[in-house]
Amino acid sequence: MESPSPAPAMIEVRHLRKAFGGVPVLRDVSLTVSRGEAVALIGPSGSGKSTLLRCLNLLTLPDSGAVRVGTQAMDFTGGQRLPRDRDLAAFRARTGMVFQAFNLFPHLSVLGNVMEGPVTVLRTAPAEARERALALLDKVGLADKAAASPDRLSGGQKQRVAIARALAMRPEVMLFDEATSALDPELVGEVLAVVRQLAAEGMTMVLVTHEMAFAREVADRVVFLRDGTIVEDGPARQVIDAPREAATRAFLSHFHRGAPLAAEPAAPAEPAEPAEPAAPAG
Amino acid sequence: MPYEWDFSFLLPYSRLIGIGAAYTAGFTVVTAAAGLVVGGAIAMARLAGLRLVSIPLIALVEVFRCTPVLVQLVWCYYALPILIGVELSPATAAFVTLTLYGAAFYAEIIRGGIASIDPGQWDAGRALGMRRAALMRRIVLPQALRRMLPPLVNQTVLQLKNTSLLSVLAVPDLLYQGQLITSATYRPLETYTMIAVIYFLILFPLTAFARHLERRLAR
Ligand SMILES: Nc1ncnc2c1ncn2[C@@H]1O[C@H](COP(=O)(O)OP(=O)(O)O)[C@@H](O)[C@H]1O
Ligand SMILES: [Mg+2]
Repeated sequence: MESPSPAPAMIEVRHLRKAFGGVPVLRDVSLTVSRGEAVALIGPSGSGKSTLLRCLNLLTLPDSGAVRVGTQAMDFTGGQRLPRDRDLAAFRARTGMVFQAFNLFPHLSVLGNVMEGPVTVLRTAPAEARERALALLDKVGLADKAAASPDRLSGGQKQRVAIARALAMRPEVMLFDEATSALDPELVGEVLAVVRQLAAEGMTMVLVTHEMAFAREVADRVVFLRDGTIVEDGPARQVIDAPREAATRAFLSHFHRGAPLAAEPAAPAEPAEPAEPAAPAG
Repeated sequence: MPYEWDFSFLLPYSRLIGIGAAYTAGFTVVTAAAGLVVGGAIAMARLAGLRLVSIPLIALVEVFRCTPVLVQLVWCYYALPILIGVELSPATAAFVTLTLYGAAFYAEIIRGGIASIDPGQWDAGRALGMRRAALMRRIVLPQALRRMLPPLVNQTVLQLKNTSLLSVLAVPDLLYQGQLITSATYRPLETYTMIAVIYFLILFPLTAFARHLERRLAR
C-alpha cells in the first residue's frame, strides 16, 4: 500500500489530536514531509493550520499522537506525563519558526535578535555568533540594519530579520505561519524572495499561507486542511489547478490566480454609477 | 500679630532629627527590599498558575490592599502576639507589616508587568529553544522591568510615607522625633514644618526620577 518515499522523511506526524476546551481542532492528522521538501498548508481560517504547525515544534502540545522532526521524536499516545521544559527546549531548538506578527525582541538590536538563540541556547561564543548573524543578515539583505532597533524597520524588513533569527539556530526544518499576512502588499515580495531562496537551497519547510500563486510556484506539495482534517494532499500544481475534492475547489474559488477578480462572472454586478456624484437631495 | 518664625531652637535637636531621618530611610530601604523579594516571589507563584498556591496568595494580597496600613500595624503589634503567643518588638511588628504591605502592591505591579508582555515574545523565545528561566531573564523581564519601574518607584514613595505611621508604635522615626521635640519645646509650627520639609527633600527627587522614567518610557 505505502508509496515509496523519494527521500527519508524529515517530519513525521502520526494521529495527531488536539482540542481546546473540549472543542476538537485537530482530528487524527497524519503528515509526512520529506527531507528538502516544501509543503504549503492551506485552508480556511480556524481550520487548525496554526495549531498543526505549532504542534510540529511543540509550541502547542498535542493531546495524543506522535511527532518526529529529524532525529527528535516525542510520543503523546497513552497519556504520558507532560514533557519537561528541558526536553521541549531541545526539541524546539532544531526547528525554526516564523510568525505572522514577527515577534522580534524589541529590547534587542537587529543583530542581538539574530544572536540571541545561538548565544543563549547553543552557547556559541559571542564573536562567532556575531559573525554568523551578520552573514545571515547579509543573506536576507539587511546587513546595513544590524545595529538598528527592530521598531525602526518596515514589516518586510522585520520579517526578514525574523527569518535570519530562526536560521541562526541552523534548524533542520523551517515553519512559516502566514509570514506575509501582516505585510503591506508591496512588502510581500521581499519576504517571499527569501523563502523562495531557502526552498531552492533545499531547506525542509512547512508554510501556512494564503498566497496561492506562491504556494503553487514554491511548494512541492500542498495540503488542504479543513475542520482539523486533511482533506487533500498532493503535488502543488495538481491541488491548486485541479483539486480532486469539492471542498478544496470551494475553498480555492475564493482566490484569484493571476486573473483579475472582476473578470469572474461570480463577482456581484454593480449598478452603473453616473460619472458625477449625484447632488444631495434637498 | 504675625507669628514670629524661629528655627534656631531646633539646633540642639539635630542629632535626634538625624536619628529620626535614619529610621525613616532605613525602614524604607529595608522594607522596600524585603517587600520586593516577597512580592516578586508572590508574583512568580501566581504566574506559575498553581491554584493551590495562588488562592491563598491572592487572599493575602487583597487583605493587605484593602485594609489601612495603620490598622495592619496596630493589629500586628497588639493582636498578632495573642494569636501566635510571641511578643513582637515595635520594630519587628513594623518591619513585618510594612514588608507585607509593600509586597502586596509590589506583587501586583510585578505580575501585571510580566503578564503585559505579548505572548508572541514567549512563542519566539520558545521557538528558539530557550528554556523558561532563560526566557524570563533575557526576554521577558528586561521588557517588563521597563514598564514596572515607574509604578515600583511610586510605590516606594508611598512606602516611605507609610513609615510615618511607625510613630504610633513609638518607633523613633522622623515624625516621632518631631512629636518628642514639640512636647519639649511647644513649638509645633517650626518643628512639623521642618519635618515636612525633610520628607519633601527626600521624596521630591524620587518622584522626579519616576516622572523621568515614565517620560522615557512613553517616547
Ligand atoms: N490557544 C488556544 N486556545 C483556545 N482555542 C484555540 C487556541 N488556539 C487556537 N484555538 C482555536 O482553534 C481553532 C483553530 O485555530 P488555528 O489553528 O489558529 O486555525 P488557523 O490557523 O487555521 O486559522 C480556532 O477555532 C481557534 O479559535
Ligand atoms: Mg493561523
